[in-house]
Formats: sequence, structure tokens, C-alpha cells
Amino acid sequence: MKRASGDEKQIPGEEEFGSPFWEKRGVSRRDFMKFCTAMTAALSLPSSMIPRVAAALENDNRISIIWVEFQSCTGDTEALLRASSPTVAEIVLDVLSIDYSETIMAAAGHQAEEARARTIKERAGKYIAVVEGSIPTRDNGAYCCIGGRSALDLARELCNNALATIAVGTCASYGGIPAAAPNPSRAVGLSQAVPGATVINLPGCPVNTDNLVATIVHFLTFGRLPPVDGKGRPLFAYGKKIHDNCERRAHFDAGQYVEAWGDQAHRKGHCLYKMGCKGPATFHNCPIQKYNEKTAWPVGSGHGCAGCSEPAFWDTMSPFYRRLPNVPGFGIEATADKIGLGLVAAAAAGFGVHGALNALRKDREPGENTREEG
Amino acid sequence: MSSQCKFKRYIWELPVRWSHWVNAACIVILAVTGLFIASPASVGRAPSAFSMGWVRFVHFVAAYTFTVSVASRVVWSFLGNKYAAWREFFPLLTAKGREKTLAMLRYYLFMDKEVPETIGHNPLATTAYALLFFLYLLMIVTGFSLYATHAPQGILFTLFGWVQVVFSTQSIRLIHHLSMYAIFGFVVNHIYSAWLMDIKEHGAEVSSMFSGYRFTIHRKDD
Ligand code: HEM
Ligand code: HEM
Ligand code: SF4
Repeated sequence: MKRASGDEKQIPGEEEFGSPFWEKRGVSRRDFMKFCTAMTAALSLPSSMIPRVAAALENDNRISIIWVEFQSCTGDTEALLRASSPTVAEIVLDVLSIDYSETIMAAAGHQAEEARARTIKERAGKYIAVVEGSIPTRDNGAYCCIGGRSALDLARELCNNALATIAVGTCASYGGIPAAAPNPSRAVGLSQAVPGATVINLPGCPVNTDNLVATIVHFLTFGRLPPVDGKGRPLFAYGKKIHDNCERRAHFDAGQYVEAWGDQAHRKGHCLYKMGCKGPATFHNCPIQKYNEKTAWPVGSGHGCAGCSEPAFWDTMSPFYRRLPNVPGFGIEATADKIGLGLVAAAAAGFGVHGALNALRKDREPGENTREEG
Repeated sequence: MSSQCKFKRYIWELPVRWSHWVNAACIVILAVTGLFIASPASVGRAPSAFSMGWVRFVHFVAAYTFTVSVASRVVWSFLGNKYAAWREFFPLLTAKGREKTLAMLRYYLFMDKEVPETIGHNPLATTAYALLFFLYLLMIVTGFSLYATHAPQGILFTLFGWVQVVFSTQSIRLIHHLSMYAIFGFVVNHIYSAWLMDIKEHGAEVSSMFSGYRFTIHRKDD
């Protein structure tokens, strides 16, 4: 193993394992350890766990992955494939042997479906299913069929036989955009479509590839899925609000807000709270992991968070450029404040009239009949 | 002016008066800071300023004070005198209460001329207070559930996090915001009615919330 220069800090565990497996694939020991360190950090594990993560990845215990797509835009697959350099992450997924993935496999048609059926049968209880896209349930799931079978049916077979299922993206996790009101196909997320399955949700539009790989690495290292929150999302990636890790947070606390797109404050990178940023309502590690090789994320680029990793975000986070949702039953232009002030004004007017009438009337003080005993 | 002789009676015990004024003060502070949180002014001159930080801090301190005060009033409704008791807040549950409420309603709607005397709470008002306490509870639950999101592994989130799963965070924000206006609606009604009954009943209604004493035709030991 070669080091570029002797004075570089040694990464714990670096010298402890040989990795012919990775070197064969053109991954230097150094890159491999860097990757293990990054994953350990992404999983919020202490650095003493790095050797354990490395050991797990060095083992040749490949795990099959079946990646299926239902009602989706392929954004999650794209997020993975468009990673600009062939990263170790990609190779990890390679090593994991993606046995089926509509977008990237060479086979097609019946041949492909057979391959899937075979893998499910031969490796039952040993593969990880990755599901992208929501599952329509109306009319027995007729609105999304592959090879003549409904997504609902396919998902049941796939997930009930899997070691674990990872729902990637918001659609697979919670129904996402296909499930937005009025939800014509009655689309749902995976854990709702297949209630018995072991599912972990990695919502986001698209999923953050780093979080996906970290989840798999956690599985390989510890033999189980990472701990999750009340919405089935791993705490390492969804344990903090965007707002609490945001690079613009100092401006929020200071009281420096963008008031209009392109104004001075916007150019200076002030907080997007008043432009409808949903960072205060959204749990995700975007400000830390970022996208595109850790270069950018929406708020960093000057656009408010749309809350894409929360259930029903399309319905509950909109209007995307206003801070509060519309009040159900009132017109689009009515804000909560207008309605509230209207209510208070009506009450004040009502009592004003009451008071005026009272001033005019002459009434009797409580007497013998109206006094209270006791 | 009253032509009848009235007797001074101790009605509102200290915890009732204290919690009343602490709540009222907190609501004013919470509403002012809450409205700033809802649409803040860009008053920060430098990123090291802390205007929103302080406003939120004041909101949360007032919120804790308010919560303790509301909780102690609820406890007192089991310990205090009969005018403070929880039964007072549900007059519609008893026949006598319904009769009294109806009499009060008739007076309010200009159907009767005679002012019905109440020694403790006005039964129409307590029905409104029951609704108000529901609003208090709503503010506390939605407020703490928003507040708890800063530490989703903390004890507050364990207590209030379920609200986030049942409703979306944004709906909770909207409920928290709109309920504030519902409280404003109550306050308009309440201050008007306190003023009205003070004038009409001649029982020292308003000052009773400071002193605890009201004036009634009957002596206590009658
Ligand atoms: C009568 C009582 C209260 C009133 C009138 C009030 C009012 C408000 C208002 C108007 C907002 C802005 C909402 C928005 O548009 O996003 C707000 C935010 C908030 N309130 Fe209250 N509130 C009250 C009680 C409480 C309580 C008891 C808590 C408990 C901790 C609380 C915690 C919060 C939190 C955490 C926020 C959001 C702050 C942020 O996003 O930075 N509030 N409040
Ligand atoms: C934020 C403002 C206020 C709120 C939310 C509020 C709420 C309440 C509540 C809940 C009670 C029932 C007390 C109990 O049994 O614990 C009450 C009673 C009372 N309040 Fe207020 N109050 C407010 C402001 C005021 C003000 C400004 C006045 C004076 C003009 C006032 C005068 C009274 C009186 C006289 C009573 C006793 C009347 C009765 O129940 O028969 N309140 N108030
Ligand atoms: S830009 Fe959004 S997430 Fe960032 S501090 Fe402002 S409101 Fe919070």
C-alpha cells in the first residue's frame, strides 16, 4: 500500500486489513478507508467503528439487490447513476449485485421477469429489495402493471420474501407525488401497501445516494437496519430538522430575511423563511450530506426547502412560497391572518352593537327572584 | 345605583386570581412574540444579531410559564372552593345549571330585563371558559409539539411527537396560528362581558378578579 506523503493523518484501522478484493477493482486502500470513514460519519457512529465497517465491507458476503420501480419518475435511479465519478459507493452497489433493475439491466421483457422470479425464489429471505415509486391500490392496483402483474401483487411477493426492503424516494416511502390530492390511482407508500414487510423509508426527492449506501453499509456491518423515527426513516439521516443544521440559520436567528427574490438579502444569502422555506418542518440531512457529490442543495442554492422528505409533502407543504398552508374551505387568497382578523373584527362589532343596545335599555338589578341562593 | 344592601363575600381564592392574571399576561406576550415569529421584520443589522433568537426565547419562556399556570388552575379546580371547582365549567350538565344559563342567555339577548345574579361564575361565561381551556390545551399541545422538533430524541418529543405523525408539522403550525385568533375572539367577548356585568350586577365584578371579593344580596351565613 502506498501513501502519498508520510505526514498525512492515519485513519484508524487503515493498516489492519488487507483488501485484495477492492484493489482488484481499482479502489486503493486509501480510497476504501476514506469511504468507510465517510460512511461511519454519515451513520453518526463513533470513529472507533470504522474498522468494523471496513471489515464488513471487506468480507465477500455479497448480498443480492432487487431494485424495482413502480409509479415513479426514475429520479432515484438517476440520482444514483448520475454520480459524476465512479465512486466506491457505486461499486458497493455493484458488489451487492443488483440482480434486477428495469433501468440498468440488459435483459428485457419475459427474460427479465424470469430473472426476477428466479432470484426471488432462489434467494428468498437473503436479498434486499429496493423499491422506487408508489403503488396504486385502486381497482386492485390495475393502474401500474409490469408483465401483466400489478405493482401491488409484485410488491407483496418481493417484499414478503426479502430480508429487508428499502423504500427509496418519497413516492415509495409515502406515496409522494402520485398520492397527492386527489390521488386518482389511490397510490400509497410501500409500508402501507405491504403492511407485514420489514421496510425502511429513505424519502427525499430524489433519495440521497449517500444515505442509501450508508443504510446498506449499516446492514452489512451490523446485520440489521439502522434505528428509525416515527415515520420509518433512519435517525442517522432524518434525526434533525433541516432548519437546525442550515447554513443560513445564523441569519434566521439574527432576523435577516429575504423579502423578495433577487433582493439584496437574497444576494447576500440570508434566510429564506419568509419566502416559504419548509426547513423548519422537514427532517433530513440535506445541509450536511448535500447532493451532487456534496456540492449543492436547494437552500444552499437560494431556493427554500420544499419539505420533500415528509409524508404528503405535496399537499401539506404547499403553497411552496408561503410559510403557512391555506386554510381549508377558504379561497386561495385568504391567509390565516386575514381569516383570524376577520373573526376578531366580527366579534368586536357584535359586542359593540350589543353594548350600544345595552346602554339604551333600562333594566333591573338582581332582586328577590333573580338572586342566587348559597 | 344600588338601592339594596349587599354583603361582601370572598369568592376567588388566590390561586384563581394569580393564574388568571399570569395567563392573561402570558397570552399577551405569546401573541406579540408569536405574531413576530409568524411574520418577522428584517431587523437584524448583522448576522451576529439575535432578534428572532430573543423573540423565540421570550415566547418559549412565556410558554412554560403559561403551561405551569394553566396546569395549576386545573389542579386547583379539584382543591379549591366550590366557585373554583371543575363542575362550574360545565353548567349545561345539570338541570339547575341549564336553567341558570338560559336565564343569563335571555338577559343577554334582551329578552329579560332582570339581571340574574351570580355569586361565583356567570354560567354563560363558564361555558366559554371550558372552550377557552380547550384552546389553551390546543395551544400547549401544538406549541410543545412544534417546540419538541428541535430534539427529536428528547423527552418532549416522546410526549408530543405523536402529534407530528397524526398531523403534518405544517397543519400544526396553522392550528397554532389560527387558535391564537380564536383566543383573541374570546378575549374581546370576555372583557366586554366583564365590563357589562360589572355595570349591571353591581357586584364589583372586575375588581373581584383582583381582590377576590364580590358583593351579593345574601350574607354568607344566610
Ligand atoms: C396562548 C398561547 C400562545 C399563542 C397566542 C401563541 C402564538 C404563536 C404564534 C402566532 C406563532 C407563529 C405561528 C406561525 O405562523 O408559524 C407561534 C409559534 C410557536 N409557538 Fe406559540 N403561542 C402560544 C403558546 C405556545 C406554547 C404553550 C408553546 C409551547 C412551547 C408554543 C410554542 C411555539 C413554537 C415552538 C412556535 C414555532 C416557533 C418557530 O417556528 O420558530 N406556543 N406561537
Ligand atoms: C388574555 C386575556 C384574558 C383571558 C384569557 C381571561 C380568561 C379568564 C378565565 C379563564 C376566567 C375564569 C377564571 C377561573 O375560574 O379560573 C376569567 C375570569 C374573569 N376575568 Fe378574565 N381573562 C382575560 C383578561 C381579563 C381582563 C382584562 C379582565 C378585566 C377587565 C378580566 C376579568 C375577569 C373577571 C371579572 C372574571 C371573573 C368573572 C366570572 O367568571 O364570572 N379578564 N378570565
Ligand atoms: S433558509 Fe430555511 S432552513 Fe435555512 S434557516 Fe432559513 S428557514 Fe431555516
